[in-house]
Amino acid sequence: MAKQQTSQQLSEFETVETSVSDPDHTVLEVSGVSKDYAQEEAVSDLSLEVKEGELLTLLGPSGCGKTTTLRMIAGLEEPTSGTIAIADEKVAGDPDGTFRKPEERDVGIVFQDYALFPHLSVAENIAFGLTDMDDADTDQRVDDLLELVDLEAHHDKMPSQLSGGQQQRVALARSLAPEPDVLLLDEPFSNLDVRLRVEMREEVRKILKRAGVTAISVTHDQEEALSISDRVAIMNDGDIAQVGDPAKVFENPESRFVASFLGQASFLSARVTDEQLETGLGSFDLELLNGPIEAYDGAMIDVLVRPDDLQAVPTSEPKADGYVVHRQYNGPSFIYRVELHSGDVVHCMHNHVETFEAGQPVEVDLAADHELAWYPAE
Amino acid sequence: MSASDRFEQLREQANGTASDASSQAPPVLTVVTIALSLLLVSPLVWLAIHASEMPTHRIVALVTGETAIGVTINTLVLVTAVTGVSILVGVPLAILTVQTDLPFRRFWTVTSALPLVVPSYIGAFAFVSAFGPRGELADLLAPFGVEQIPPIFGLHGTVLVLTLFTYPYVFLTTRASLLSFDGTVVEAARTLNHTRWEAFKRVTFPQIAPGIAAGALLVALYTLSDFGTPAIMQYDVFTRMIFTEQQARNLDSAAVLSILLLVMAMGILGVESRISAGRDGAYVSSGDRRPGTIRLGYWKLPATLFCAAIATLCLALPIGILTQWLLRSESTAPGQFTFGLTPILNSVGLAAAAAAICVVVALPIAYLAARGDSGLSSLPERISYVGYAVPGVVIGLSLIYLALRFVPFLYQSVIVLVFAYVVRFLPQAVGTTESSILQVDPSYIEAARSLGYAPLSAFREVVLPLVAPGIAAGAALVFLTTMKELPATLMLRPTGFETIVTYIWLVRGAAYQGQAAVPALILVGVSGLSMLVILRQERR
Repeated sequence: MAKQQTSQQLSEFETVETSVSDPDHTVLEVSGVSKDYAQEEAVSDLSLEVKEGELLTLLGPSGCGKTTTLRMIAGLEEPTSGTIAIADEKVAGDPDGTFRKPEERDVGIVFQDYALFPHLSVAENIAFGLTDMDDADTDQRVDDLLELVDLEAHHDKMPSQLSGGQQQRVALARSLAPEPDVLLLDEPFSNLDVRLRVEMREEVRKILKRAGVTAISVTHDQEEALSISDRVAIMNDGDIAQVGDPAKVFENPESRFVASFLGQASFLSARVTDEQLETGLGSFDLELLNGPIEAYDGAMIDVLVRPDDLQAVPTSEPKADGYVVHRQYNGPSFIYRVELHSGDVVHCMHNHVETFEAGQPVEVDLAADHELAWYPAE
Repeated sequence: MSASDRFEQLREQANGTASDASSQAPPVLTVVTIALSLLLVSPLVWLAIHASEMPTHRIVALVTGETAIGVTINTLVLVTAVTGVSILVGVPLAILTVQTDLPFRRFWTVTSALPLVVPSYIGAFAFVSAFGPRGELADLLAPFGVEQIPPIFGLHGTVLVLTLFTYPYVFLTTRASLLSFDGTVVEAARTLNHTRWEAFKRVTFPQIAPGIAAGALLVALYTLSDFGTPAIMQYDVFTRMIFTEQQARNLDSAAVLSILLLVMAMGILGVESRISAGRDGAYVSSGDRRPGTIRLGYWKLPATLFCAAIATLCLALPIGILTQWLLRSESTAPGQFTFGLTPILNSVGLAAAAAAICVVVALPIAYLAARGDSGLSSLPERISYVGYAVPGVVIGLSLIYLALRFVPFLYQSVIVLVFAYVVRFLPQAVGTTESSILQVDPSYIEAARSLGYAPLSAFREVVLPLVAPGIAAGAALVFLTTMKELPATLMLRPTGFETIVTYIWLVRGAAYQGQAAVPALILVGVSGLSMLVILRQERR
């Protein structure tokens, strides 16, 4: 009997997923939002659209304004200018100065430190936002959510009795309970240890997708952002530098900032001479570069190369492109820092059995099987 | 046992990694310390023995007599009223000064905490002088044909005075819980569709409730054991009746009343320990974001007036009255009361003796409690806390029994009086010493030893300098609180032996209040200093 109920509830969530996913419908629209504090501008003229059922991550270094953006969406901070609309309804912004308080918006938040109510049990925490339901419906909803986050056995426990990962799932269930239009996650994995973090990423993405909720996550961890998001928005200095599919953003950073923020980026300085690219590693075909290069004939450019794009081959002094200057051991791989004769410093990744010592003369081969991004020299 | 042996043993204990048997609490130290602490609480045993030697029908008659029942009801009413009103005053003040945009919040924070430095009997004295018959207010209103002002004596006067000078306990504990409270949970509640007020009710209040309760219980305990205020305000509660019965040599009745009072004090302490135990190990949300400031809007003016009214009653009024006495004492004839140097020297001497003995006794007790690992090692500490729970009148009375029965030559001697102070104020010295020992990481000693210091010199060079401020603070606290202790001093002092406190008590009844200004101001200053010591300790 219990088993049967379980499967029914599960299918309920599945139908929820299919019914709400309307990928063309914009659920959150942030346009031209700025936030000034006394000393500085935390967010400047930021615009962003999030579609229904989508998981978007704001990724950026600390102090780039990503948490402030999240808090403005939640209504915990009031924007200095610009408008925010949730589910086609304006919740903040000029010209009429609308400002809906957090309790008047259908927005849920999972806080960095979870902010579970320490005096309430797991079930009471989850039921906290369900103020409009009668008792039976509330109990049912709490049970559904506990099942969604796989914590049925912890119904009556207090937050202090849970592990970090469990606390996080309770926080997630609590914010999902009132069926928010948008769910916000503020550095959701930063309080977990490294191993649990990877596990919970998968878990949280699965839960969010099953619940079919539109979600915005904030993080400074690029691996996390790239692995869980449908789209990723790279933030810098209070504005979005680039937004898009994680793989596309990683492959084709539109700016030097985005390029240097993602992966362990190095720049190879090169001169464009008809049909050829002259670099410290030799000459290459211009086909190697992405985007139109014609206008730069004769000019210097910087080509983005990541460690996996390059291979170092030990060689004798006269044939070498440069020297190994540093070795970084990561367990499965080594990353060698190589100083080229041309003056550029690049990184090459090798598997853990290939060990060279610092000072080893090497020839560096370009092993990339994709087009390389480039930027006009500064 | 020589001092160096003891230090050696203490070090062995502190060295948590030592796996041999010597890392256990040294049995000799434990036994000696337990014996010492039992000696300190022994007077209470004699109280019980005295009561048990009375014929049963006499005890029953006393317990069910009109006096006992009337006094019990009076005390219950007083404790309930003072505690309730203190919550009504202290909690709003704490919320206003922590969470709102009240103008001059820092100023009002200080004025709200400051009444704690006025010993309540001095406050009562000032209030009687201001609002009593032939008081300042009556004098002021007489020309306008106001013949009578409501009498200040009795229940409502006692409630008023005790509330005004004890509500800061509630204010401070509530403020502390509001400050340590993680504002993120309020934001979480707001995003879960709760208004600010609903969030306060469902999230903030349940979490600050233990803080409020802790402060309220301190107020209750203080009210229950306070002797000076009800005595001055002429309201019959246990403390006043015990004192009266003892003065009238009705020792049986005084013993029975004392035991009833002790039972009530233990009841309050029992509730308190349950509350603080419930807080141990609770999940604390780790965020440190402050809850957003509440905008008062139209309520700004009434809120400010509320703070101002409390500050006026608690601070401006008593200090104004004392200053007025001071000015008047210059002009009026000194009469038979002269406040000379002798009472000050007596007070200082007693306080210094009590402080010195407390420090010596507190060190082993605190060390055992901080570093010991068995339940037995925290026993002396827990025994010593009896002094904190037992009202001064009861300790005074017990020592009278003890002295009369076993050491009649010590009856009404300074030695018994100092013993009473040590029993009462030892917990303060134990508390500060223990917390400073706990702050010394045991690995400091290991570090010093790995740097080539012998055990004893490691203790001397590393632990002692770190613990010394805590010990000094404990000594200062005992010194200052002894200076203002009233009931035990009145009951146990040798005849004709005057201290600052007994001098004030002497002047109290007479019309020469001007003569009390200097000693009263000294005591307010002494109280203020002890507050400073506590605050400095807390900041460490």
